[in-house]
Amino acid sequence: MTAPLLQVDNLQKYFPIHGGVLRRVVNNVKAVDGISFDINPGEVVGLVGESGSGKTTVGRTILRLEQATSGAVRFGGTDVMGLGTSQMRAYRKKMQIIFQDPYASLNPREKIREILTHPLRLHKIGSASEHEDRAAALLEKVGLARDHLDRFPHEFSGGQRQRIGIARALAVEPQFIVADEPVSALDVSIQAQVINLLEDLKNDLDLTMLFIAHDLGVVEHICDRVIVMYLGRVMEIASAADLYARPNHPYTKALLSAVPIPEPGKRRERVALKGDIPSPINPPSGCVFRTRCPLATPECAKVVPELKPVGEGHTSACIHTT
Amino acid sequence: MPRDTPESSTGAPLLEVRNLQTTFDLTKKLSIQAVDGVSFRVHPGETLAIVGESGSGKSVTSLSIMGLLPKDVGRVSAGSIKLQGREITTLSDAEMRDIRGREIGMIFQEPMTSLNPVHTIGQQIAEMVIRHQKLSKSRARARAIEMLEVVGIPEPKRRVDNYPHEMSGGMRQRAMIAMALACEPRILIADEPTTALDVTIQAQMLELMQDLQKKLGMAIIFITHDLGVVAEVADRVVVMYGGQVVETASVEDIFRNPRMPYTAGLMNSIPRLGSSINKKRLEAIPGTVPALTNLPRGCRFHPRCAYVQDICKAALPDLEEASDGHMIRCVRWRELSLNERQAS
Repeated sequence: MTAPLLQVDNLQKYFPIHGGVLRRVVNNVKAVDGISFDINPGEVVGLVGESGSGKTTVGRTILRLEQATSGAVRFGGTDVMGLGTSQMRAYRKKMQIIFQDPYASLNPREKIREILTHPLRLHKIGSASEHEDRAAALLEKVGLARDHLDRFPHEFSGGQRQRIGIARALAVEPQFIVADEPVSALDVSIQAQVINLLEDLKNDLDLTMLFIAHDLGVVEHICDRVIVMYLGRVMEIASAADLYARPNHPYTKALLSAVPIPEPGKRRERVALKGDIPSPINPPSGCVFRTRCPLATPECAKVVPELKPVGEGHTSACIHTT
Repeated sequence: MPRDTPESSTGAPLLEVRNLQTTFDLTKKLSIQAVDGVSFRVHPGETLAIVGESGSGKSVTSLSIMGLLPKDVGRVSAGSIKLQGREITTLSDAEMRDIRGREIGMIFQEPMTSLNPVHTIGQQIAEMVIRHQKLSKSRARARAIEMLEVVGIPEPKRRVDNYPHEMSGGMRQRAMIAMALACEPRILIADEPTTALDVTIQAQMLELMQDLQKKLGMAIIFITHDLGVVAEVADRVVVMYGGQVVETASVEDIFRNPRMPYTAGLMNSIPRLGSSINKKRLEAIPGTVPALTNLPRGCRFHPRCAYVQDICKAALPDLEEASDGHMIRCVRWRELSLNERQAS
């Protein structure tokens, strides 16, 4: 077995809530509450869960766009959480992000040339004369053309902007990319184009990816393995095929059963979930999912269930099904 | 010439949209046809889904029906919209206000934009029923509590005094549905009502809407881009592209036998659950959705169509009836056999 490229070890991210006259920390939003997983080189790992599950915070904390409260993130064996600014710069070159909103993530005042050569200048990659050619090559790689270099973001459609966002992430030739809902803001007919592009790039460039999304169909399509999160914790990890064919955790089952099937007259047997996801300020004791779980018993309030193996490379955190 | 959409249902339609043209005057010189000759009917108890991507005109169609086009910019420039036989495009603002809420209920994608943040949920529902049904204040409050209970909000007696910000997203969506249905409208227009929701909450909402539809016998116009949702809720489907209807059929027909290449393309481009078993590449539709300021000549889909021929570029195809209730806007529909989906 090869060593994992990325190891996330007991990662925690709390956002403090200040209150009172002294602005003391009165409570915390426990966005990510002790999660661990590995990503192997060349692997695309999906991170799914409802809004409020903490999946975006995981991605941002790994890249140190947020400072972790505790835990370690090792990239190629080095814990990047403790690195200083200049050391971190070297890692930023290896780890890039693609954002959800292609309208908000490109500077409207910069031409595409600036947007794409900026990371090259920042990381001192190549000489200034080479930058133009590299930017043009990046555009071609994502299905755009050299003469787009002189245009501004507003001249492009949503799908094209997302391609530019992808080109920018690829500019510094990263090994690892966090893709945070990269297709959910796009029209249906454009989504498929961008998904195909990401798959091609992954194969051509041997990229490793953390793919954050709420669309389970998209995740199953593009990912090798999937992590299911709920309220800051991992509920289940499995290969994409296994997760969809043999979901173990009641939350995963409920989530999958809620996806509408694009075939009239057909409907999955629904596992109905009561109510909404609870507040991450005061998450339920024991298993965080128990307040909505059809299998919940008084036991579930007492212990935090650990991830236990239920199949090859398949783990689940439920005292009733493992 | 645009033609009527034939229906499988019989009886008088509840809502009849004929040859609707909605124009937006962007500047003094530049106008666009956001909706260009759209016709359809909705019968009591029926759910019609309008499917389309951004710029297809689906939301502008619904705003036209509700009389909520942005003033001084958007206007219905031709065509007719009849609600129970009564022309509503020529009504005054005051007359439209009487219809909205009482005859036509509305729910939108983002509940925070349609709920007033400075009034409690109860006040907002009560205001509707006081206005339309002339109930007393105390009866209106009782009605608000009753409606919150109908849409499955726990502790309705307490929640009725909540402000919108005190509720979760799913709860706000329910409150908005409660408000839309408080006067038991004959038709509910739902514009992407579940798009911003998680799948588990979406499933709850779709079930709720279908239950209420059965109870109240109302018709629903469901505007969405999610084909999974369409398959689940719709009786009939209207597919829009570039401001026009390009295909319409019963939900079974349109999924099993899509005949306009755009519709077939949409069906093939969505990743489905279970696809990891035999992974294959998605069949993407190339190109981008056209801007309404720069529509291609001829068939509006032709620059992206895999079956394009010179004839497609020459003139805009009519909406033709291919079989009972199945209308297609494609000059080549007779010769094309788009891969027919087997019902599994």
